[in-house]
Amino acid sequence: MAAMEGDLVRQEAAVLARAIAEGEVSAEEVTRAHLDRIDAVDERVHAFLQITGDAALEAARAVDRKRSEGIPLGPLAGVPIAVKDVLTMRGVPTTCGSRVLEGWRPPYDSAVVERLRAADMIMLGKTNMDEFAMGSSTEHSAYGPTHNPWDLDRIPGGSGGGSAAALAAFEAPLAIGSDTGGSIRQPAAVTGTVGVKPTYGGVSRYGLIALASSLDQAGPCARTVMDTALLHAAIAGHDARDSTSIDAPVQDVVAAAKRGDVRGMRIGLVKELGGDGYQAGVSQRFNEAVEILTSLGAEVIEVSCPNFEYALAAYYLILPSEASSNLARFDGMRYGLRVGDDGQHSVEEVMALTREAGFGAEVKRRIMIGTYALSSGYYDAYYGQAQKVRTLITRDFNAAFEKVDVLISPTAPTTAFKIGDKVDDPIAMYLNDIATIPVNLAGNTAMSLPVGLAPEDGLPVGLQIMAPPMADDRLYLVGSALEEALVDRWGHLLIEEAPEL
Amino acid sequence: MTAITRAEVEHLARLARLQLSADELDHYAGQLDVILQSVARVAEVTADDIPPTSHPIPVENVYRDDVARPGLDRAEIAAGAPAWEDDRFRVPRILDEE
Repeated sequence: MAAMEGDLVRQEAAVLARAIAEGEVSAEEVTRAHLDRIDAVDERVHAFLQITGDAALEAARAVDRKRSEGIPLGPLAGVPIAVKDVLTMRGVPTTCGSRVLEGWRPPYDSAVVERLRAADMIMLGKTNMDEFAMGSSTEHSAYGPTHNPWDLDRIPGGSGGGSAAALAAFEAPLAIGSDTGGSIRQPAAVTGTVGVKPTYGGVSRYGLIALASSLDQAGPCARTVMDTALLHAAIAGHDARDSTSIDAPVQDVVAAAKRGDVRGMRIGLVKELGGDGYQAGVSQRFNEAVEILTSLGAEVIEVSCPNFEYALAAYYLILPSEASSNLARFDGMRYGLRVGDDGQHSVEEVMALTREAGFGAEVKRRIMIGTYALSSGYYDAYYGQAQKVRTLITRDFNAAFEKVDVLISPTAPTTAFKIGDKVDDPIAMYLNDIATIPVNLAGNTAMSLPVGLAPEDGLPVGLQIMAPPMADDRLYLVGSALEEALVDRWGHLLIEEAPEL
Repeated sequence: MTAITRAEVEHLARLARLQLSADELDHYAGQLDVILQSVARVAEVTADDIPPTSHPIPVENVYRDDVARPGLDRAEIAAGAPAWEDDRFRVPRILDEE
């Protein structure tokens, strides 16, 4: 038990997996420790919407049995994981943070959940999120906000605030998120954790309840770059049930994380993603990280992406347009909530009453914006023009990646803000995604990792690394090298500085 | 200048099948106006010769082999339906009274 002295819940996934494989600790003990931790802290954090304790313990015992029978196990076998409530899990309530799906039990597993099961990982439950992933604070969940473990009065980011908070509160060593405009990376930034949005098409969207189909991508979340890589490898790869799934081998992200080397790399600092509008402590920690990258042997140059200025506007047309179409399926006919079915109201009236009762304010706003942008007379000026901006942003990336191997920026303009501060101010909320959105529009891949605490408020700051499509391994090369240098400096992972709950 | 009026928001809500209350219409009308004025910035980019991008990676239609696969479990679907009758989804009446 030497390797497992101390708290099981504070261990890295890679360490837990090794200890389980070597019989130093059982998967059941590891699972029980995490369920106990959830029991102790989640009333205050509210990272989880559903806890599947019995199923988790049963799955853990199955792993222990396999091990004792000498059946070969995968690299993350027996390691607990939290799954964002946007992914279907057969028989387990899946709500997307919405009343419209309250209590719905999907009749099938999403591709990501299938892969986690196949990897013998232990799913602890479903994590809280902004309703249908619309938001940057998890305050738009119909089931109440999640609290940031660094300061319970503050937001954990969004939409995947539940997954990020579960990691930061040591309720799970790994989590799954989904990223449409930053919903993995911004929560990672404000909770001092790591998150990756894979290349569009890198992870199957089958069973990922759609927000904006051309932008959505599920991805890995963890407390270290290596753990993120191990989870990335477990969920990525081609799936014929998602027509946009890339039919090509996945880059060896684990090898890249092991190597962690930036010597001779060219790193571009995006001129448009920094400066005014970025909190002083965010800029300071970012600039220090840039110095570290230079000292590690990278060549850092400034790169301009002039059309990024229009990314936010294009995104908040494209996303609502796609969402208004995708969310038409929630009509109260085949699953979920139905309101007003009294024998008097017509089907159309029942649909309108159901959607009025089942959707929250942000979802209604975006559905109406999308309906407007797609309506005749406005289509060319709004949606059509936004699609052209999308082309220009992709061209900016292409030009930049001719000069550099990766691009970097702060992940979010500020640290975690107070719960309630921006909840009814849509534009202020949308600005949180200003640095993360361009990647989704172009289909690239990007990582956020912690680079320190802002001196003015003591809250975590994230750095974003962006790479071209299908070059996800570069994120891990850079991220791992930077993380190692920072941990050397701090003497521990940043997350160790989070207050005791 | 306003981008959108309260009456237009009411029309949008009807198109989107949202039975908004009067208070909601007042509240959203102001907010949608601010959002639309802000996103209208995309028009500043003169882009007559720029092709639109609908999708980050070029996609083609993908066909699978025409082989029968098991579907979803009927009982599980029925259990998730808001109303189920005679082995079917039961829906409200389709036609209006008048």
